[in-house]
Amino acid sequence: MPPKSFEVKPKLDESGSSIGELLEISMGPHHPSTHGVFRMDVVLDGEKVVKLKPVCGYLHRNHEKIGENISYLASMPYTDRLDYFCSMTNNWAYALTIEKLAGLAVPERAEYIRVIMAELTRLQNHTSLIGFFVHDMGALGTPLMYAFREREKILDLFEEVSGARMMCNYMRFGGVRVDVNDEWLARTKQLVANYGRFLDEFETFLNENEILLARTQGVSPLTKEQAINASLTGPLLRAAGVNYDVRKVDKYGIYSRFDFKVPLGEHGDLYDRYMMRVLEMRESIKILNQALRDIPGGPVMDPKAKLRGFRPKPGEVYGRIESPKGELGFYIISDGGPNPYRYRVRPPSFINITILEDMCLGHRVADVIVILGSVDIVLGEVDR
Amino acid sequence: METLEQIKLRIESALPLTKLDILPNECPAGERSLVVDASRGLDVAKFLRDDAQLKLDYCSNVTGIDWPEAKIKTKVKKKVVVEGVEKEVEETIETLRSGHLEVVYHLYSMELKHGPIVLRMRTANRTDQTHLPSLTPVWRGAEFQEREIYDLYGVIFDGHPDLRRILMWDEFVGFPMRRDYVAPDDFEYEPTPHDEVLVEAKKHYPVEVKAEVKPEVKA
Repeated sequence: MPPKSFEVKPKLDESGSSIGELLEISMGPHHPSTHGVFRMDVVLDGEKVVKLKPVCGYLHRNHEKIGENISYLASMPYTDRLDYFCSMTNNWAYALTIEKLAGLAVPERAEYIRVIMAELTRLQNHTSLIGFFVHDMGALGTPLMYAFREREKILDLFEEVSGARMMCNYMRFGGVRVDVNDEWLARTKQLVANYGRFLDEFETFLNENEILLARTQGVSPLTKEQAINASLTGPLLRAAGVNYDVRKVDKYGIYSRFDFKVPLGEHGDLYDRYMMRVLEMRESIKILNQALRDIPGGPVMDPKAKLRGFRPKPGEVYGRIESPKGELGFYIISDGGPNPYRYRVRPPSFINITILEDMCLGHRVADVIVILGSVDIVLGEVDR
Repeated sequence: METLEQIKLRIESALPLTKLDILPNECPAGERSLVVDASRGLDVAKFLRDDAQLKLDYCSNVTGIDWPEAKIKTKVKKKVVVEGVEKEVEETIETLRSGHLEVVYHLYSMELKHGPIVLRMRTANRTDQTHLPSLTPVWRGAEFQEREIYDLYGVIFDGHPDLRRILMWDEFVGFPMRRDYVAPDDFEYEPTPHDEVLVEAKKHYPVEVKAEVKPEVKA
């Protein structure tokens, strides 16, 4: 049944007699503020949200089934399409899981390149997210264009090294596909050096902006317990004050070598979630500076790694990384064949909307848009 | 963190009548998992969450696996004495694995920062006894993921607050992630008068579809 755009329902008190009207509206699926094809069934009492059910699956293509029917390597370009803003981190999560499964080593230089790519991805994801976030609040156009101007510079770097702006398909089991040259590294250094100034500018406009404060402070606060129990991850979890960053907990790759902090919020409200992104970008710049300073020479692929006809031994593995949106995990079961027996993606944006209803209850319908914007979902990943 | 054997012993002593198995994992970095009987799943989950030494408060990943009925061949090395000389001979043993669906939970502790503990539950078969207890009351984060498993694998989670399809549409029939699922040629099939399509459609739609015959237009 196609969704109705709206429906008026009687509002009943405890004894069952009608005391007014409730309005059930369908927000989405085609609406710019839903960040893709996503729908919410919202029941409103006046302007107040009394019920909200997320409806997803419009972009569902059964990514996991595709992954089970193609070889291990062939899944790599498909992972780009999960969260199409952060293809580099998706690649890394998948490569890391398979390396864990097959026991492959990654050369030093490749580890550094991976960190550089992942942190650049975090920068561009958070930058454009803040652009969308204030766009959702009604600051149409300008902040988003500022954000996209910076994002485009990073995507140019990605394009230069991998051949594609967004669908990078750059990492391989046991390293990365092509080496970066010194000129590229010099340009990246230049970009990172200038990024702080852009953030200063962005923060000057937004941090104490009256409208942003009014729309975000105290809206949709989350407690620590709620956030942990609902398996929230990423900036959303840390905004609630839980110190949990997979980069620090698992120390995957070479993250133990870098000096960086995990920013934490206090209230878990929208303002904290916004600030988490800004502060995380500052930390990413720190990591990038260290990585660009220390990157050694050498090969970028493990010579033992076999790409074609790759058949890991039977077993199962769960690998995870801290993607810009939260914990991105892959769960692979190998039966010794050329295809995985089970290929599962743990998508952070899908799991982060589990308690979207709780976040929105009691708030106004205009806040729902901003709350959804703060969760940072990408529908390619939610629907898979 | 304690070893899996210690955890198993502690659970078995704290919760009588509970029997756990440890599933080995051959992969180099592989985590072994605890197989829990479906009837005791909820109690074990509560124990793992509330126990002071484990505090597995974060359910990271929930997923389903389909294991259809299959013959499994395992090679065993055997010593045989042939003509007075001891020889090692490989022998293949065939065992029948009964079909079942499996649900896997990856649990971590955010407070103590350890993990993962892998928890598995199995259904009795793949056809009519596909009920498992829902762990959403213990970890809210499992809600959408269990819905997804219900949607794609057909595991029915008892005690789930809102068990509906989540990725496929409500009217959809079948469970696409099962290994024996055959996708129809056309999900939005409508009878058309083309013979090829009708022959194709017979494979998937047992009911005979009559083609609409258009009245001939007389010139």
